[in-house]
Amino acid sequence: MNTAGRIVRLAERDRAEVHFFLDGEMRAALAGDTVLTATLASGHALRWSEFGPERRAGFCLMGACQDCWLWQEEGPRLRACSTPVTEGMRLRTTPPESWP
Amino acid sequence: MTETSSPRIVIVGAGPAGIRAAATLVEAGLQPVVIDEGHRAGGQIYRLPPDGFIRTPEQLYGSEAAKARALHELFDRLAKEGRLIHCAASSVIAMHEGRLHVLGESGVQVTSYDRLILATGASDRVAPVPGWQNAGVYSLGAAQIALKAQGVALGRRIVLIGSGPLLTLVGAQLVKAGADVAAVLDTSSWRQQMRGLWGLAARPVVALRGLALRARLGRRYHAGVTLERIEADEQGVAALCWRDAGGRQCHTSCDMIGMGWHLRAETHLADLAGCAFGYDEQWQQWLPKTDEMGRAGNGVYLAGDGLRLLGADGAEIAGRLAAAACLADLGYQAPVASADLRKRARVERFARGLARAFPWPAAMVRALPDEAIVCRCESVSVAAVREGADLGSGEANRVKSLSRVGMGRCQGRYCQLGAVELIAAQAGCAPDAVGRFRGQAPVRPAPIGAFLREG
Repeated sequence: MNTAGRIVRLAERDRAEVHFFLDGEMRAALAGDTVLTATLASGHALRWSEFGPERRAGFCLMGACQDCWLWQEEGPRLRACSTPVTEGMRLRTTPPESWP
Repeated sequence: MTETSSPRIVIVGAGPAGIRAAATLVEAGLQPVVIDEGHRAGGQIYRLPPDGFIRTPEQLYGSEAAKARALHELFDRLAKEGRLIHCAASSVIAMHEGRLHVLGESGVQVTSYDRLILATGASDRVAPVPGWQNAGVYSLGAAQIALKAQGVALGRRIVLIGSGPLLTLVGAQLVKAGADVAAVLDTSSWRQQMRGLWGLAARPVVALRGLALRARLGRRYHAGVTLERIEADEQGVAALCWRDAGGRQCHTSCDMIGMGWHLRAETHLADLAGCAFGYDEQWQQWLPKTDEMGRAGNGVYLAGDGLRLLGADGAEIAGRLAAAACLADLGYQAPVASADLRKRARVERFARGLARAFPWPAAMVRALPDEAIVCRCESVSVAAVREGADLGSGEANRVKSLSRVGMGRCQGRYCQLGAVELIAAQAGCAPDAVGRFRGQAPVRPAPIGAFLREG
């Protein structure tokens, strides 16, 4: 099943839907998705590289490369590959402009 | 012995090696602490999906389902009965004088140990390919984790590149699951693969299973390819340019590339623990030194792919051996090791066959263009590493300081071997003469708040 993003769901499709917010926009995902899966189900990348012109979408998926960092609206970063998405989660693809 | 006087044994990693080590200690009446980054035990190879997923072990692990099921059930039973302490979703990020700094959801905790068993596993050994910094390039392990733990493919049209058993396995698993795999490109030629035959014959059933998987790939599989560059548009990967064994130029459209050249031992914690290292010519990487049981000295033991890349079956054996050594050193009755040592010799011969058949692509790395990226974390170019090698007299840590290669947030896990190859080429020496990047704590990035809460 193709999604609007990069991810193709090949199995385990009968899970409850959950909703989260990415850069203020509501997105749908499935319960049990990681933040990486959830985000890439509706987009092709997670964030911009700080050191080059390209976008990034994760690399190792086992918490070793740190390529899949996203920001929570309250400030702290998380590793998208190893954090489960939860209902109502509020995430950003760029660092918050002002730190608490 | 009463519980209060029992030695405190900490195992890092709950893959096949860590689970077998823990079970061996439990059998001797000890209660080990198992610290693991996963939410559930199993490691990467026998990784379990989250609760609520319904595929069976047979669907997830194929021919290895019985082994996966046995390990999961054993660990869950021991944890439930309170015979071991499982610290899930926790990373050991530093160690000092018999104490581990463990980062978990509630911040950093410090825990002591009398004996430490490191079963930290391995990750993909990757080599830079021009354009690999773009969104949509993943490790082969990542493609497999996405499929196993999430039931997804990371792209609509996939090309897999590299060499080694995982290349064929991930390709076959994705095809079976219904993904669109456009090509599986092996940089090892058929002739090179034949050189591993003597070793591979040590485990004929496993070797034949690999060939059967290869057959499932059909015309997608190409041996002896040359990888030229990854093309990208604003969404990420768009195509791979490569040449086949006959030198014919090929251009394959895709939106995802999985890459890996077999495995790289995860040795950061062994390094912080003060283990000695030696360069292994056959594996073409630095590996920690131990005795045949896995003793590294100073109360530290190593097991599994973080010690020698023997795969899951070898890891189970090594886990038992390390625990047996630990028990013997503590004056406990240890299980007899001779049968396991014999089994491991066979697994090791097979693994060396794999290393020979699917080598690290040294010539490809040495020929990289100056503008290619070596360090994905901080976009350090090949030119910067070559310049660093000229200025830093070809020593790995000096070049690291000069160019920042290996200083990014992955801490050199994914660029070290590529960088060392480039430094060696520039300095006109062999990779082992370049040395290895020193490990630094914390071995995973940790938020400052995690340390503040500690105080």
